[in-house]
Amino acid sequence: MKQLTTLHKQLLNDYQRDFPLSTRPYQDIAETLGVTEDQVLSAFTELNASGFISRIGPVIPPNHIGVSALVAMSVPEPKLQQVADIISAHPEVNHNYEREHRFNLWFVVIASDAEHLSSVIDEIEQQTAYPAMRLPMLDDFFIDLGFKLDLNNA
Amino acid sequence: MLDDIDRNIIQATQAGLPLTPQPYQAIADQLGLTAEQVMQRLSVMQNNGIIRRIGAVPNHYKLGYRFNGMTVWNIPDQFIDELGQKVGQLEFVSHCYHRPRNLPSWPYNLFAMVHGKTQQAADQQIQQITDLLGEHNLGCDVLYSTKILKKTGFRTGNPAGNRLCLD
Repeated sequence: MKQLTTLHKQLLNDYQRDFPLSTRPYQDIAETLGVTEDQVLSAFTELNASGFISRIGPVIPPNHIGVSALVAMSVPEPKLQQVADIISAHPEVNHNYEREHRFNLWFVVIASDAEHLSSVIDEIEQQTAYPAMRLPMLDDFFIDLGFKLDLNNA
Repeated sequence: MLDDIDRNIIQATQAGLPLTPQPYQAIADQLGLTAEQVMQRLSVMQNNGIIRRIGAVPNHYKLGYRFNGMTVWNIPDQFIDELGQKVGQLEFVSHCYHRPRNLPSWPYNLFAMVHGKTQQAADQQIQQITDLLGEHNLGCDVLYSTKILKKTGFRTGNPAGNRLCLD
């Protein structure tokens, strides 16, 4: 997909929340926007296929189902990829980023309960031989209404 | 509280609602429910706050937001709730959490993600947070992602530019 159409942009900005809970939601969106259900389905399929959206669906705040922690490690650059691969191999790890800092490896671990969470991080410490700084979420201040995207040049 | 049916519905929708005319019917068929039951339970979970929103989940990076900074701040504990809520309401902030300090190596207790298409845009957002926190900002740092090592497969991010701390 080379360029976003008006329909793509409307779907991106107007349907991050309040996606219809109805028998034919894409038809309802189509009626609101004055297009056809097929056009809405095609446009969402294109956004999905090009990676502009990762999915359409319910967004669950962290710690509402299971428990999570942000974990940071300080790993020498030459070893970073190898260590990151060991960490990413755990199914409980869902984000893993290299960041520009003395703590250069940051990942999120999500587990069913606190005990399981702790055992996954313990295991990662043993496998990698680097200490893991554990930063569980104490409070979530974010009221998620979607993110206002600037799509002027998209 | 959630029961197994709620959990199954969440599980079945985490990869995305099907792009077919009757997506809730498709989920219902998978789980041996009716479409009405699926919609009803999603609606209840949304009202309870279990589900934050239902909609398209945009990929910031792909949409041109290449400067994704994790801003971290050291805020006196007695102000963390009040200031955390204010930062969480800024429209450019996509996540905002209170996390523990880990002294001496990690003095920061407030985390907020910012997203800019340019370094300048990200800097302006960081400046706005700095202004909002005022004298209660005892120190800050910004960690840009240089590489996404696991998320939706492997991809390389943009080099970070200058890290900046506006305290």
